[in-house]
Amino acid sequence: MSVRQGLLALLAQEPMYGAQLRSEFEARTGGTWPLNVGQVYTTLARLERDGLVEAVGADEDGRISYRLTRTGRAEVAQWWVSPVDRETTPRDELVIKLALAVTVDGVDVDRVVQTQRTATLRHLQDLTRLKQRATTHLESDEDNGSVDLAWLLVLENLIYAGEAEVRWLDHVEARLIREASRPRRKARAIPTTDGEGTGAAGAPPAAHDTISTTLRGAQ
Amino acid sequence: MNSTAGNDPILRLDNVTRVHGTDSTAVRALAGVSLDVHAGELVAVMGPSGSGKSTLLNLAGGLDAATSGQVLIEGQSIGTLKGDALAKLRRRRVGFVFQDFNLIPSLTAIENVALPLELDGFRVGKARRLARLALELVGVDELADRYPDKMSGGQQQRVAISRALVGDRRLVLADEPTGALDSHTGEGVLRVLRERCDAGAAGLLVTHEARHAAWADRVVFLRDGVVVDSTGSAQTAEALLDPAV
Ligand SMILES: Nc1ncnc2c1ncn2[C@@H]1O[C@H](COP(=O)(O)OP(=O)(O)OP(=O)(O)O)[C@@H](O)[C@H]1O
Ligand SMILES: [Mg+2]
Repeated sequence: MSVRQGLLALLAQEPMYGAQLRSEFEARTGGTWPLNVGQVYTTLARLERDGLVEAVGADEDGRISYRLTRTGRAEVAQWWVSPVDRETTPRDELVIKLALAVTVDGVDVDRVVQTQRTATLRHLQDLTRLKQRATTHLESDEDNGSVDLAWLLVLENLIYAGEAEVRWLDHVEARLIREASRPRRKARAIPTTDGEGTGAAGAPPAAHDTISTTLRGAQ
Repeated sequence: MNSTAGNDPILRLDNVTRVHGTDSTAVRALAGVSLDVHAGELVAVMGPSGSGKSTLLNLAGGLDAATSGQVLIEGQSIGTLKGDALAKLRRRRVGFVFQDFNLIPSLTAIENVALPLELDGFRVGKARRLARLALELVGVDELADRYPDKMSGGQQQRVAISRALVGDRRLVLADEPTGALDSHTGEGVLRVLRERCDAGAAGLLVTHEARHAAWADRVVFLRDGVVVDSTGSAQTAEALLDPAV
């Protein structure tokens, strides 16, 4: 997601200056996406140039606060009602690693899968501990409730993402077993289009077909 | 693994093998599994269907007997116990949550939960009081007087969990306890289990869901009856997929 949209959404609440925007952004996302202050200022400068924000003057310490213009307000409203763009989701190293593992000779794919599964579970255990703490905090504290809630939702997003990764690894393992027990067949010259035809030990199709199919399936 | 010196584990599986059937029909459901669960610890077991998870749990709770190896509950080898003594140990010490709830259809929720205590010689009034507490713990006390066929799957599951927690059970064994539950209710069950373990019980939880396994202190991975890895062990890469099969 863009820093630009994040800052606009925060400014919709009240005028803020750069450092304040940065700490608000980080507080709400639990520091998951740290911003540097330079990034915040360059973004603000661009937003001002594009007529989405305007300066409301400096405080006694010389810090300049910004507020949304009408156009800025419209842009935020538009952002809330638009879906997040999934077409440009970054490629995942694990997907690429496994796509390579099933096509390169001599790789113990089962081991690659299990090593990752264990590591992801460990990560999930850490996230779950943080989540327990965040839940307790949320339930005991009133004044900062909405920021605590935001942090909890971020954690839960990471937990669901980790779970999805483990499910996919389970699926990869099951598919490898199924493919290995299948009688050998000729490698196909034409790539499959159903996103299901990735080969394993049995009869791998051409390497580039396997990789593109796997990546397509992952996006 | 995990042969911790000092305080004894509540549950110990020592090189346990379970073979179902004989000769040509023999299935080795569990092969040389060793596992300790200490007081205060929640251990999750994950693995594909048929990998031996339920077999492990049934052996741990004395519902099934090992072909070789030993199962110890609080230091007591349950293989040497006679039928009566084993049944008593199970009733007093072990709480089970089964894959398919296993509530008795002719009993109400509170009667189901109180049953193990009554069988154990508790007075009915006392058993009911404890049962109501257990139902409250899981948030289903308003179902106390309902029969299982008048409850949703998720409600039955929560009653089954109350039954596993009622009284003073040091070992809680749960086989897919969140199977029929939505994500919020499922998480409530994990919280209760976690709190029980934090309060000193030992828990063993079978689950397919990583999100739920992550509530455990340790996650053990089974495949074809063998422990292939665990989040607790440091040298995972070496032990991995090199089972003594
Ligand atoms: N009573 C039995 N007689 C014969 N084979 C059995 C018996 N119980 C289990 N098995 C076999 O032992 C193996 C392990 O079964 P188990 O029920 O422990 O698997 P599981 O990991 O719990 O699977 P699931 O996730 O499907 O519940 C399977 O191959 C199963 O067919
Ligand atoms: Mg099972």
